[in-house]
Amino acid sequence: MNKILVGLLCGVILGAIDGATAWFYPEVRSMLTGIMVGSSIKGLIVGVLTGWFANKVQSTTWGVVVGSAFGLLFAFLVAAMSSVNGRHPYLEIMLPGFVVGAIVGFLTQRTGTQGPATKGAL
Amino acid sequence: MEISDSVLDHLRHVAALPDLTGTRYELETEIGRGGMGVVYSARDRQLDRRVALKVLDFALAGEAQLIARLEHPAIVPIHETGTLPDGRAFYTMKLVAGARLDHYVAGSPSLAERLRVIRRVGEALAYAHTRGAIHRDLKPQNVMVGQFGEVYVMDWGVDAVAGTPEFRAPDARLDQRSDVFALGALLQSVLPESVPPALRAIAIKAMSSDRAARYPDASALLADIDRFEQGLAVEAWSEPLWHRLRRFGSRNAVMLWLLAAYAAVRLLLFFLRTF
Repeated sequence: MNKILVGLLCGVILGAIDGATAWFYPEVRSMLTGIMVGSSIKGLIVGVLTGWFANKVQSTTWGVVVGSAFGLLFAFLVAAMSSVNGRHPYLEIMLPGFVVGAIVGFLTQRTGTQGPATKGAL
Repeated sequence: MEISDSVLDHLRHVAALPDLTGTRYELETEIGRGGMGVVYSARDRQLDRRVALKVLDFALAGEAQLIARLEHPAIVPIHETGTLPDGRAFYTMKLVAGARLDHYVAGSPSLAERLRVIRRVGEALAYAHTRGAIHRDLKPQNVMVGQFGEVYVMDWGVDAVAGTPEFRAPDARLDQRSDVFALGALLQSVLPESVPPALRAIAIKAMSSDRAARYPDASALLADIDRFEQGLAVEAWSEPLWHRLRRFGSRNAVMLWLLAAYAAVRLLLFFLRTF
Protein backbone atom coordinates (compact mmCIF):
# COMPACT_ATOMS: atom_id res chain seq x y z
CA MET A 1 0.00 0.00 0.00
CA ASN A 2 1.52 3.32 -0.93
CA LYS A 3 2.10 6.04 1.63
CA ILE A 4 -0.54 8.41 0.28
CA LEU A 5 -3.19 5.70 0.63
CA VAL A 6 -1.90 4.90 4.14
CA GLY A 7 -2.17 8.59 5.02
CA LEU A 8 -5.65 8.79 3.56
CA LEU A 9 -6.93 5.76 5.49
CA CYS A 10 -5.23 6.72 8.77
CA GLY A 11 -6.44 10.29 8.41
CA VAL A 12 -10.07 9.26 7.80
CA ILE A 13 -10.14 6.66 10.59
CA LEU A 14 -8.35 8.75 13.21
CA GLY A 15 -10.33 11.82 12.14
CA ALA A 16 -13.59 9.91 12.64
CA ILE A 17 -12.47 8.64 16.05
CA ASP A 18 -11.36 12.13 17.04
CA GLY A 19 -14.71 13.51 15.92
CA ALA A 20 -16.54 10.79 17.85
CA THR A 21 -15.08 12.10 21.11
CA ALA A 22 -17.59 14.94 20.74
CA TRP A 23 -20.07 12.49 22.26
CA PHE A 24 -18.56 13.35 25.63
CA TYR A 25 -19.73 16.96 25.21
CA PRO A 26 -23.52 17.05 25.67
CA GLU A 27 -23.85 20.51 24.13
CA VAL A 28 -22.66 19.26 20.72
CA ARG A 29 -23.85 15.65 20.91
CA SER A 30 -26.74 16.42 18.58
CA MET A 31 -24.25 17.42 15.88
CA LEU A 32 -22.13 14.29 16.31
CA THR A 33 -22.59 12.97 12.74
CA GLY A 34 -21.67 16.29 11.18
CA ILE A 35 -18.64 16.62 13.44
CA MET A 36 -17.47 13.12 12.59
CA VAL A 37 -17.85 13.73 8.84
CA GLY A 38 -16.06 17.07 9.06
CA SER A 39 -13.30 15.61 11.21
CA SER A 40 -12.90 12.69 8.76
CA ILE A 41 -12.56 15.07 5.82
CA LYS A 42 -10.00 17.12 7.73
CA GLY A 43 -8.13 13.88 8.53
CA LEU A 44 -8.33 12.81 4.91
CA ILE A 45 -6.72 16.02 3.67
CA VAL A 46 -4.03 15.94 6.37
CA GLY A 47 -3.40 12.24 5.65
CA VAL A 48 -3.00 12.73 1.91
CA LEU A 49 -0.64 15.66 2.43
CA THR A 50 1.53 13.84 5.01
CA GLY A 51 1.50 10.72 2.81
CA TRP A 52 2.71 12.80 -0.11
CA PHE A 53 5.40 14.28 2.15
CA ALA A 54 6.43 10.79 3.33
CA ASN A 55 6.85 9.81 -0.30
CA LYS A 56 9.33 12.65 -0.74
CA VAL A 57 11.15 12.69 2.61
CA GLN A 58 12.19 9.65 4.65
CA SER A 59 12.41 10.98 8.20
CA THR A 60 10.20 10.02 11.12
CA THR A 61 11.01 13.29 12.90
CA TRP A 62 10.08 15.43 9.92
CA GLY A 63 7.03 13.26 9.30
CA VAL A 64 5.77 13.98 12.83
CA VAL A 65 6.61 17.68 12.55
CA VAL A 66 4.94 18.13 9.16
CA GLY A 67 1.95 15.97 10.16
CA SER A 68 1.36 17.99 13.31
CA ALA A 69 1.76 21.27 11.37
CA PHE A 70 -0.83 20.20 8.79
CA GLY A 71 -3.06 18.92 11.59
CA LEU A 72 -2.81 22.25 13.40
CA LEU A 73 -3.43 24.28 10.25
CA PHE A 74 -6.53 22.38 9.16
CA ALA A 75 -7.84 22.19 12.72
CA PHE A 76 -7.51 25.99 12.87
CA LEU A 77 -9.51 26.35 9.65
CA VAL A 78 -12.21 24.00 10.96
CA ALA A 79 -12.33 25.83 14.32
CA ALA A 80 -12.57 29.18 12.54
CA MET A 81 -15.57 27.88 10.58
CA SER A 82 -17.27 26.36 13.65
CA SER A 83 -19.20 28.09 16.32
CA VAL A 84 -20.60 26.72 19.57
CA ASN A 85 -22.80 29.13 21.52
CA GLY A 86 -21.25 31.97 19.50
CA ARG A 87 -17.68 30.93 20.42
CA HIS A 88 -15.00 29.40 18.14
CA PRO A 89 -13.68 26.22 19.83
CA TYR A 90 -10.06 26.77 18.82
CA LEU A 91 -8.50 24.97 21.78
CA GLU A 92 -10.94 22.02 21.67
CA ILE A 93 -10.29 21.36 17.98
CA MET A 94 -6.71 22.53 17.43
CA LEU A 95 -5.06 20.75 20.34
CA PRO A 96 -6.30 17.23 19.44
CA GLY A 97 -5.93 18.03 15.72
CA PHE A 98 -2.27 18.81 16.32
CA VAL A 99 -1.66 15.43 18.00
CA VAL A 100 -3.74 13.46 15.48
CA GLY A 101 -1.71 15.09 12.68
CA ALA A 102 1.47 13.99 14.45
CA ILE A 103 0.17 10.41 14.68
CA VAL A 104 -0.75 10.36 10.98
CA GLY A 105 2.66 11.82 10.11
CA PHE A 106 4.36 9.10 12.13
CA LEU A 107 2.29 6.30 10.60
CA THR A 108 2.91 7.44 7.03
CA GLN A 109 6.66 7.37 7.70
CA ARG A 110 6.65 3.95 9.33
CA THR A 111 4.23 2.10 7.09
CA GLY A 112 3.40 1.88 3.41
CA THR A 113 5.66 1.75 0.41
CA GLN A 114 7.01 4.66 -1.52
CA GLY A 115 5.29 5.42 -4.79
CA PRO A 116 7.10 5.09 -8.12
CA ALA A 117 10.07 7.41 -8.54
CA THR A 118 9.60 10.47 -10.68
CA LYS A 119 10.98 9.91 -14.14
CA GLY A 120 14.09 11.99 -14.58
CA ALA A 121 15.21 13.77 -17.71
CA LEU A 122 17.35 11.69 -20.04
CA MET B 1 85.13 -25.57 15.18
CA GLU B 2 82.50 -24.63 17.72
CA ILE B 3 79.11 -23.24 16.74
CA SER B 4 77.36 -20.88 19.15
CA ASP B 5 73.74 -21.38 20.24
CA SER B 6 72.59 -18.30 18.34
CA VAL B 7 74.16 -19.58 15.13
CA LEU B 8 72.48 -22.95 15.70
CA ASP B 9 69.12 -21.28 16.24
CA HIS B 10 69.60 -19.28 13.08
CA LEU B 11 70.48 -22.41 11.09
CA ARG B 12 67.43 -24.23 12.45
CA HIS B 13 65.23 -21.28 11.53
CA VAL B 14 66.63 -21.04 8.00
CA ALA B 15 66.34 -24.81 7.49
CA ALA B 16 62.64 -24.65 8.46
CA LEU B 17 61.86 -21.95 5.92
CA PRO B 18 60.22 -23.25 2.76
CA ASP B 19 62.35 -23.48 -0.34
CA LEU B 20 60.55 -21.41 -2.97
CA THR B 21 62.99 -22.29 -5.76
CA GLY B 22 61.13 -22.66 -9.02
CA THR B 23 58.20 -20.52 -7.90
CA ARG B 24 57.59 -16.87 -8.66
CA TYR B 25 57.56 -16.00 -4.95
CA GLU B 26 60.19 -14.53 -2.71
CA LEU B 27 59.82 -15.23 1.01
CA GLU B 28 59.53 -12.25 3.36
CA THR B 29 58.51 -13.23 6.87
CA GLU B 30 56.39 -15.66 8.86
CA ILE B 31 53.03 -14.14 9.80
CA GLY B 32 51.12 -17.03 11.33
CA ARG B 33 51.20 -20.64 12.33
CA GLY B 34 48.28 -23.01 12.74
CA GLY B 35 47.19 -26.61 12.64
CA MET B 36 47.18 -26.74 8.85
CA GLY B 37 50.56 -25.16 8.25
CA VAL B 38 52.48 -21.93 8.31
CA VAL B 39 51.58 -18.64 6.62
CA TYR B 40 54.28 -16.34 5.30
CA SER B 41 54.18 -13.00 3.60
CA ALA B 42 55.88 -13.25 0.23
CA ARG B 43 56.47 -11.12 -2.82
CA ASP B 44 55.10 -12.17 -6.16
CA ARG B 45 58.00 -11.22 -8.45
CA GLN B 46 55.95 -11.60 -11.59
CA LEU B 47 53.14 -9.23 -10.57
CA ASP B 48 55.22 -7.23 -8.10
CA ARG B 49 52.79 -7.50 -5.22
CA ARG B 50 52.75 -8.89 -1.72
CA VAL B 51 50.78 -12.05 -1.08
CA ALA B 52 50.16 -14.45 1.79
CA LEU B 53 51.75 -17.82 1.13
CA LYS B 54 50.55 -20.82 3.09
CA VAL B 55 52.67 -23.95 3.27
CA LEU B 56 50.59 -26.97 4.22
CA ASP B 57 51.67 -29.98 6.21
CA PHE B 58 49.74 -32.27 3.87
CA ALA B 59 48.89 -32.59 0.20
CA LEU B 60 46.09 -30.47 -1.22
CA ALA B 61 42.93 -32.32 -2.11
CA GLY B 62 40.80 -31.49 -5.11
CA GLU B 63 38.64 -29.42 -2.80
CA ALA B 64 41.25 -26.67 -2.92
CA GLN B 65 40.28 -26.03 -6.52
CA LEU B 66 36.66 -25.75 -5.42
CA ILE B 67 37.59 -23.23 -2.74
CA ALA B 68 39.74 -21.31 -5.22
CA ARG B 69 36.64 -20.82 -7.36
CA LEU B 70 34.72 -19.12 -4.53
CA GLU B 71 34.31 -15.48 -5.40
CA HIS B 72 32.81 -13.45 -2.59
CA PRO B 73 33.82 -10.11 -1.04
CA ALA B 74 34.26 -11.81 2.35
CA ILE B 75 36.28 -14.78 1.13
CA VAL B 76 40.01 -14.32 0.75
CA PRO B 77 40.74 -15.16 -2.88
CA ILE B 78 43.29 -17.88 -3.59
CA HIS B 79 45.70 -16.86 -6.35
CA GLU B 80 47.61 -20.05 -6.98
CA THR B 81 48.28 -23.51 -5.64
CA GLY B 82 51.49 -25.48 -6.11
CA THR B 83 54.04 -27.87 -4.68
CA LEU B 84 57.40 -26.98 -3.16
CA PRO B 85 60.60 -28.85 -4.07
CA ASP B 86 60.37 -30.72 -0.75
CA GLY B 87 56.94 -32.04 -1.75
CA ARG B 88 54.85 -29.87 0.56
CA ALA B 89 51.82 -28.16 -0.94
CA PHE B 90 51.35 -24.41 -0.83
CA TYR B 91 48.90 -21.84 -1.98
CA THR B 92 49.00 -18.09 -2.23
CA MET B 93 46.20 -15.71 -1.44
CA LYS B 94 45.46 -12.05 -0.96
CA LEU B 95 47.48 -10.60 1.90
CA VAL B 96 44.92 -9.08 4.24
CA ALA B 97 45.97 -6.16 6.43
CA GLY B 98 43.88 -6.03 9.57
CA ALA B 99 43.18 -7.71 12.88
CA ARG B 100 42.10 -11.25 13.66
CA LEU B 101 38.56 -11.35 14.98
CA ASP B 102 39.64 -12.30 18.51
CA HIS B 103 42.05 -9.35 18.60
CA TYR B 104 39.45 -7.09 17.03
CA VAL B 105 36.86 -7.99 19.66
CA ALA B 106 39.40 -7.28 22.39
CA GLY B 107 39.16 -3.62 21.30
CA SER B 108 35.53 -3.59 22.60
CA PRO B 109 33.63 -2.72 19.43
CA SER B 110 29.89 -2.05 19.77
CA LEU B 111 27.40 -4.92 19.72
CA ALA B 112 26.08 -3.72 16.35
CA GLU B 113 29.61 -3.81 14.95
CA ARG B 114 30.20 -7.34 16.29
CA LEU B 115 26.96 -8.47 14.68
CA ARG B 116 27.95 -6.82 11.41
CA VAL B 117 31.11 -8.91 11.33
CA ILE B 118 29.13 -12.09 12.10
CA ARG B 119 26.70 -11.21 9.33
CA ARG B 120 29.52 -10.86 6.82
CA VAL B 121 30.97 -14.21 7.90
CA GLY B 122 27.53 -15.81 7.69
CA GLU B 123 26.98 -14.42 4.20
CA ALA B 124 30.29 -15.85 3.07
CA LEU B 125 29.34 -19.24 4.55
CA ALA B 126 25.91 -19.17 2.94
CA TYR B 127 27.49 -18.38 -0.42
CA ALA B 128 30.10 -21.12 -0.09
CA HIS B 129 27.43 -23.63 0.88
CA THR B 130 25.50 -22.89 -2.30
CA ARG B 131 28.72 -23.74 -4.18
CA GLY B 132 29.11 -27.01 -2.30
CA ALA B 133 32.06 -25.88 -0.18
CA ILE B 134 32.18 -25.93 3.61
CA HIS B 135 34.66 -24.23 5.90
CA ARG B 136 35.26 -26.96 8.49
CA ASP B 137 37.42 -24.78 10.74
CA LEU B 138 35.60 -21.53 11.38
CA LYS B 139 37.02 -19.73 14.42
CA PRO B 140 38.03 -16.17 15.34
CA GLN B 141 41.60 -16.81 14.22
CA ASN B 142 40.32 -17.47 10.70
CA VAL B 143 38.38 -14.24 10.38
CA MET B 144 40.16 -10.99 9.62
CA VAL B 145 38.70 -7.51 9.98
CA GLY B 146 40.43 -5.01 7.73
CA GLN B 147 41.28 -1.44 8.62
CA PHE B 148 38.23 -0.16 6.72
CA GLY B 149 35.88 -2.67 8.34
CA GLU B 150 36.05 -5.25 5.57
CA VAL B 151 35.67 -8.82 6.77
CA TYR B 152 37.49 -11.83 5.35
CA VAL B 153 37.00 -15.49 6.10
CA MET B 154 40.21 -17.43 5.59
CA ASP B 155 41.54 -20.96 5.75
CA TRP B 156 38.66 -22.71 4.07
CA GLY B 157 39.01 -26.27 5.17
CA VAL B 158 40.25 -29.18 3.21
CA ASP B 159 39.42 -32.77 4.07
CA ALA B 160 42.46 -33.17 6.32
CA VAL B 161 41.19 -30.52 8.72
CA ALA B 162 39.10 -31.67 11.68
CA GLY B 163 38.31 -28.25 13.15
CA THR B 164 39.15 -26.57 16.43
CA PRO B 165 37.51 -28.36 19.40
CA GLU B 166 35.47 -25.51 20.87
CA PHE B 167 34.15 -24.49 17.45
CA ARG B 168 33.75 -27.98 16.06
CA ALA B 169 30.33 -29.59 15.91
CA PRO B 170 30.04 -33.00 17.56
CA ASP B 171 29.02 -34.46 14.22
CA ALA B 172 30.35 -37.70 12.81
CA ARG B 173 30.66 -36.10 9.40
CA LEU B 174 31.20 -32.40 8.83
CA ASP B 175 28.76 -30.61 6.54
CA GLN B 176 26.87 -27.34 6.24
CA ARG B 177 25.19 -27.77 9.62
CA SER B 178 28.61 -28.21 11.17
CA ASP B 179 29.49 -24.77 9.79
CA VAL B 180 26.25 -23.45 11.31
CA PHE B 181 27.45 -24.81 14.66
CA ALA B 182 30.80 -23.06 14.20
CA LEU B 183 29.05 -19.82 13.23
CA GLY B 184 27.02 -20.05 16.45
CA ALA B 185 30.20 -20.64 18.42
CA LEU B 186 31.78 -17.68 16.65
CA LEU B 187 28.78 -15.53 17.56
CA GLN B 188 29.05 -16.71 21.17
CA SER B 189 32.75 -15.85 21.23
CA VAL B 190 32.23 -12.26 20.08
CA LEU B 191 29.32 -11.42 22.37
CA PRO B 192 30.08 -9.21 25.37
CA GLU B 193 29.31 -10.50 28.87
CA SER B 194 26.01 -8.70 29.28
CA VAL B 195 24.00 -9.46 26.21
CA PRO B 196 20.24 -9.71 25.59
CA PRO B 197 18.98 -13.26 26.20
CA ALA B 198 17.47 -13.43 22.71
CA LEU B 199 20.90 -13.03 21.15
CA ARG B 200 22.47 -15.58 23.47
CA ALA B 201 19.64 -17.98 22.54
CA ILE B 202 20.50 -17.61 18.85
CA ALA B 203 24.06 -18.75 19.52
CA ILE B 204 22.86 -21.62 21.72
CA LYS B 205 20.37 -22.82 19.10
CA ALA B 206 23.06 -22.78 16.43
CA MET B 207 25.36 -24.75 18.74
CA SER B 208 22.85 -27.44 19.60
CA SER B 209 24.40 -30.89 19.76
CA ASP B 210 21.27 -32.17 18.03
CA ARG B 211 21.82 -31.35 14.37
CA ALA B 212 18.08 -31.15 13.67
CA ALA B 213 17.63 -28.52 16.38
CA ARG B 214 20.16 -26.17 14.78
CA TYR B 215 19.32 -23.63 12.12
CA PRO B 216 19.09 -25.44 8.80
CA ASP B 217 21.58 -23.07 7.19
CA ALA B 218 23.64 -19.94 7.79
CA SER B 219 20.98 -17.73 6.18
CA ALA B 220 18.38 -18.85 8.75
CA LEU B 221 20.75 -17.90 11.56
CA LEU B 222 21.39 -14.49 9.97
CA ALA B 223 17.63 -13.98 9.56
CA ASP B 224 17.21 -14.52 13.31
CA ILE B 225 19.97 -11.98 14.02
CA ASP B 226 18.16 -9.56 11.69
CA ARG B 227 14.94 -10.09 13.63
CA PHE B 228 16.80 -9.39 16.87
CA GLU B 229 18.24 -6.17 15.47
CA GLN B 230 14.82 -5.03 14.26
CA GLY B 231 13.35 -5.58 17.71
CA LEU B 232 11.26 -8.57 16.58
CA ALA B 233 10.84 -11.92 18.30
CA VAL B 234 13.60 -14.38 17.43
CA GLU B 235 12.97 -17.98 16.43
CA ALA B 236 15.51 -19.25 18.97
CA TRP B 237 13.79 -17.95 22.08
CA SER B 238 10.21 -18.12 23.33
CA GLU B 239 10.24 -14.95 25.37
CA PRO B 240 8.21 -14.42 28.54
CA LEU B 241 5.20 -12.08 28.40
CA TRP B 242 6.86 -9.24 30.31
CA HIS B 243 9.76 -9.32 27.87
CA ARG B 244 7.40 -9.29 24.91
CA LEU B 245 5.60 -6.25 26.35
CA ARG B 246 8.88 -4.45 26.99
CA ARG B 247 10.04 -5.17 23.45
CA PHE B 248 6.71 -3.93 22.09
CA GLY B 249 7.07 -0.78 24.18
CA SER B 250 10.58 0.00 23.04
CA ARG B 251 9.74 -0.83 19.44
CA ASN B 252 6.68 1.40 19.43
CA ALA B 253 7.82 4.04 21.91
CA VAL B 254 7.04 7.03 19.66
CA MET B 255 3.58 5.75 18.79
CA LEU B 256 2.78 5.06 22.45
CA TRP B 257 3.97 8.54 23.43
CA LEU B 258 1.79 10.09 20.74
CA LEU B 259 -1.26 8.12 21.90
CA ALA B 260 -0.52 9.09 25.49
CA ALA B 261 -0.26 12.73 24.39
CA TYR B 262 -3.66 12.46 22.68
CA ALA B 263 -5.22 10.94 25.79
CA ALA B 264 -3.61 13.66 27.93
CA VAL B 265 -4.95 16.39 25.64
CA ARG B 266 -8.46 14.94 25.79
CA LEU B 267 -8.31 14.67 29.59
CA LEU B 268 -7.00 18.22 29.85
CA LEU B 269 -9.82 19.54 27.68
CA PHE B 270 -12.34 17.57 29.68
CA PHE B 271 -11.13 19.03 32.98
CA LEU B 272 -10.85 22.55 31.56
CA ARG B 273 -14.49 22.29 30.53
CA THR B 274 -15.58 20.91 33.90
CA PHE B 275 -13.80 23.48 36.09
